[in-house]
Amino acid sequence: MEKRVTFKGWLLPLCLIAPQVAISAVFFFYPAGQAIWQSLFIPDPFGLSSQFVGMGNFDFLLSDPYYRAAFRTTAIFSALVTLAAMVPALFLAVMADRLVKSAGAYRTLLIWPYAVAPAVAGVLWMFMFNTRVGVVAWYLGQLGYDWNHVLNGQEAMGLVVVASAWGRISYNFLFFFAALQAVPRSVIEAAAIDGARFWRRFFTIVLPLLSPTTFFLLVVNIVYAFFETFGVIHTITAGGPQQATTILVYKVYADGFVGQDLGSSAAQSVILLLVVGVLTVLQFKYIEKRVHY
Amino acid sequence: MATVELDNIRKRFGSEEVIGGVSLSVADGEFIVIVGPSGCGKSTLLRMVAGLETITEGELRIGGQRANDREPMDRDIAMVFQNYALYPHMSVAQNMGYGLRIKGLPKAEIDAKVAEAARLLQLDALLDRRPRDLSGGQRQRVAMGRAIVREPSVFLFDEPLSNLDAKLRVQMRLEIRELQRKLGVTALYVTHDQVEAMTMADRMIVMNAGIAEQIGTPMEVYERPATRFAAQFIGSPAMNVLPAEAREDGLHLGAATLPNPGALRGPVLLGLRPEHLNPDPQGPIEMQVMLAEPLGANTLLHGRLASGAAFTASLPGVHRADAERTTLRLSIAGENLHLFDPDTGRRLN
Repeated sequence: MEKRVTFKGWLLPLCLIAPQVAISAVFFFYPAGQAIWQSLFIPDPFGLSSQFVGMGNFDFLLSDPYYRAAFRTTAIFSALVTLAAMVPALFLAVMADRLVKSAGAYRTLLIWPYAVAPAVAGVLWMFMFNTRVGVVAWYLGQLGYDWNHVLNGQEAMGLVVVASAWGRISYNFLFFFAALQAVPRSVIEAAAIDGARFWRRFFTIVLPLLSPTTFFLLVVNIVYAFFETFGVIHTITAGGPQQATTILVYKVYADGFVGQDLGSSAAQSVILLLVVGVLTVLQFKYIEKRVHY
Repeated sequence: MATVELDNIRKRFGSEEVIGGVSLSVADGEFIVIVGPSGCGKSTLLRMVAGLETITEGELRIGGQRANDREPMDRDIAMVFQNYALYPHMSVAQNMGYGLRIKGLPKAEIDAKVAEAARLLQLDALLDRRPRDLSGGQRQRVAMGRAIVREPSVFLFDEPLSNLDAKLRVQMRLEIRELQRKLGVTALYVTHDQVEAMTMADRMIVMNAGIAEQIGTPMEVYERPATRFAAQFIGSPAMNVLPAEAREDGLHLGAATLPNPGALRGPVLLGLRPEHLNPDPQGPIEMQVMLAEPLGANTLLHGRLASGAAFTASLPGVHRADAERTTLRLSIAGENLHLFDPDTGRRLN
């Protein structure tokens, strides 16, 4: 039974929601409004005046091959980061779930990478793969592979994907581990008696029971790959080589703060806002339906 | 269809022994109930037969073959769990057919077997439902159905009725027994409910602290309990067990003297079932009644003996409730006296 508190007046409820409204207004509504407003203008090269262009910025963006390339890059990058962050996390969680002893220590160790900020993680990976002093790059060279993510777009993409996914594995591991522990033991035992061996049980019983968690992580990881990987990309490749790792968020920064085209940058922000909105709505619709078994 | 033999089965967790050597030979088609209080090791014993726990020592034979090291799926058993353990994301039909799908049977054959089991259990109308849309009794039936479609040699039941309400429990008790007879499958059934044990078992094992206190038919256990524990665990209300002194002229229970059924001498524990006591103005036992519980067919009288020991009598018919706080004299037939060793708890007569 849900209990609702009913207020008589309107002053107290207003006071109670005021802090939340104030924070949302200052940090979300105002900047979002500014972005929408600015997306309708083009500033002059010196930033002294701006000219109203209506949907001009959007028209330009949607016909701009670089912007469409950034969309494609983002899609590939997000898909790879999400996969690389979730599959190993699930595997590790399944293995940790099988442990009886020292599961606690194992879990603690696996959580550590999450404490490393994305930009710091980016720097760490950059040094390991640095073409001149990187440890991994040197070993790859010994094996006869000439690693150079500064020139090779695919290698650059691989590196930012790994660096972005690495810290995320910990986060996903925690969720998968908790979800695995919540799978009733007797259901697993019933499947074992029914004749299913470990991997068969995993794919036919455990994985379906994890689906609410998996879907939640899918959405959260996609949003992460869209937005929070800025630090990693900025420190490792700065969007290069030849925009091979320029995802939408990085292009917002590069066009707005490096290229000084605030109008286009604002228009890109608005598009991103819409993309996130759609993703969030999808998540809630789906989870509402699937979370109860 | 198979025999099951347990040969001095032991289970240790570290240094702690939870099953201390249980031996049992189950005939083909026999219904065995393992009964005992919580923590007595009855579920562990069943899980060892299922292969969900390893056997520390001793040998388990199913159908004459050593089964200690076989995986659960290779033991030709099916198990019904206390919480049913249905697969929540599968329909009733998929739940029942899961084992057959893993065996790789053709779909038509699976459907036929599931349909047959569903008819037997009156689940026909529910085959497309998910477990969450079923009542407790229906879930119980699905769990049964999942067990029978695989046509195992041995059924294992781990307290399958304890999550059902009292009325449904009586009904399912009958259904399970009937089904087991019809299919002729050997069954091991774990419960803490002595009524289930009495009504369902061909033979029962009364377990306590990892030991089989007694193995026998329900009537054997009721009429000649082998130990004090078995005596008090089976039968409701529980048997009165009181310290007494066996002498030449009879059994002395406080001021009361009862006929000595054996040639025993010295201190003993005397067991008297409440339902074997008769009101008798000349009876040797004097009881101070503290509380009367009329149940309709009979009345339970709780009170104390002159020695202060708690005592319960069950008298036929409605004993007047104003009997409370009165003194009542009771007698008991000599063949209904149970004597136990005060140190070991073993039966003496």
